[in-house]
Amino acid sequence: MNYYMQLLDTMPELILSLGGIVLMLAAAWMGDKATATISWLAAACLALAAISLGGPTSYGGPAFDGLYLADPFAAFAKLLIFIAAAVSVVIAPRFFDRAGGSRAEYPVLILFSTAGTAMMVSAGDMLTLYVGLELQSLAAYVLASFMRRDGRSAEAGLKYFVLGALASGILLYGISLVYGFSGTTHFGGIAAAMKTGTSGGLLFGLVFVFAGIAFKIAAVPFHMWTPDVYEGAPTPVTAFFASAQKVGAMALLVRVAMQAMGPASHQWQQIVIFVALASTVLGGVAAIGQSNIKRLLAYSSINNVGFALMGLVAATPAGAASVLTYMAIYIAMTLGSFICVLQMRDLDGNPVETIASLSGLSRTRPGLAAALAVFMFSLAGIPPLLGFWAKFVVFDALVAVGMWPLAMIGIATSVIGAFYYLKIVKTMYFDEPQGRFEPSSSALEGGLIALSALFVSPLGYFAIPALGVASLAAAKALF
Amino acid sequence: MIGVQHYLAVSAILFVMGVFGIFLNRKNIIIILMAIELILLSVNINLVAFSAYLGDLVGQVFAMFVLTVAAGEAAIGLAILVIYFRDRGTINVDDVQQMKG
Repeated sequence: MNYYMQLLDTMPELILSLGGIVLMLAAAWMGDKATATISWLAAACLALAAISLGGPTSYGGPAFDGLYLADPFAAFAKLLIFIAAAVSVVIAPRFFDRAGGSRAEYPVLILFSTAGTAMMVSAGDMLTLYVGLELQSLAAYVLASFMRRDGRSAEAGLKYFVLGALASGILLYGISLVYGFSGTTHFGGIAAAMKTGTSGGLLFGLVFVFAGIAFKIAAVPFHMWTPDVYEGAPTPVTAFFASAQKVGAMALLVRVAMQAMGPASHQWQQIVIFVALASTVLGGVAAIGQSNIKRLLAYSSINNVGFALMGLVAATPAGAASVLTYMAIYIAMTLGSFICVLQMRDLDGNPVETIASLSGLSRTRPGLAAALAVFMFSLAGIPPLLGFWAKFVVFDALVAVGMWPLAMIGIATSVIGAFYYLKIVKTMYFDEPQGRFEPSSSALEGGLIALSALFVSPLGYFAIPALGVASLAAAKALF
Repeated sequence: MIGVQHYLAVSAILFVMGVFGIFLNRKNIIIILMAIELILLSVNINLVAFSAYLGDLVGQVFAMFVLTVAAGEAAIGLAILVIYFRDRGTINVDDVQQMKG
């Protein structure tokens, strides 16, 4: 395959990185008054990148000596990532304008972080994995501390940086051991080495690699940065972390587990079972005492990652497909919830984040209350909303391989999670109103909330056949 | 004769020192940045030692990438530290706890 054809395979990353560089120059040249223009251009870049997924990116196969894999699995994950990133770009200008000065670097950083995320889901080699992950993380550290004058944002950035760098170090140490004991950094080569037997060193490396990636998806016991970072970071950034980044890291984990470490599935299944159960339980229990809505959504994301991981435990094409389905439905719910959080402002326009302030929302802002209730019911996995289907496919994949005890424990832990989701609904519908929120004034945010609420409502079931076919085709690319 | 296992031992010791440097350090955040650097360099020792042992160049190329990324990471870490210091006027580890729960 010639060089030009291989470059075509990497089209989405090329569009994002070149677009990011041009927009960065534009931002430096025109200053902050061009923020709105640059935001829309960044969203256009993301849309172009999503359109380019229809090209050779989704079927080109290995490129650049197997460093980059252009397969349907990566294309599926990238589509979700680009949609989530575009939403976090377009909701931002309004937020930052009202928070005191928006800056043109925000959409540029999102583009770079997205390029890194896209690169890592296409990784066919530990080197691409590492570089993609770092490009994603380095931009994310800056994004977390984006509101320079807000002490919480600076603290969030600092915590994210220290723990993220530690996670990269752990991941790298694992990669170095895997390289030393298998003699290659290529996923296919590592799988071939694992087929002939897993030595102690290789197993050690596997554990470190899984620990490093568990940090990035915020799974227990590597979750402690999540609530602080989600609370402190500006809300559009938090939405980006909870959606685009999470899908990217999750897809990366599935690819590494299946493609590089597939022959050692009996070893990593034990780790993933523990991490999945711990995440669902802790994500459910620790959320109960929270009073800040962003912290609560952080624990909710930990809880959801646990359920998605259960699909990975099955280690079958159906299991990997269930992870993709789960993430597709999850980003609609989580983006919807975070845009609802953006709408929470008192009459002076200051952002409010306490759960108590939601009291009686059904009387003051019935539309917002109904949408948030839909998201909460859906996150809790209550039928007929789409969140139920997400959990159903995961448990279905588990039962298909005879792991019904794990599926039963999973169902039991989802009941714990339901408690705090329902508590929010109760606060909105049955408590006396305390203060009022300002009326909605953004058609864009309202439209996005309505769109995601419609997707997770029973109407979303029309999308299930397409979602099932696409995710299964994507997952089969790994086997 | 110094074999690959000696290099691995040194690298493992440096790695553990780096991790402890992050968690046991109660003084200031600059020391955490140094500990992170120590972890990344221990990985580099590992990669180069394996590369020489296996007679395979990939490990050394990987080490170059790690060095480059570590430089970028340190720059961003220090930048975040500066905005944090401007806000709080301290870089004491014990004070980084405005948010809790």
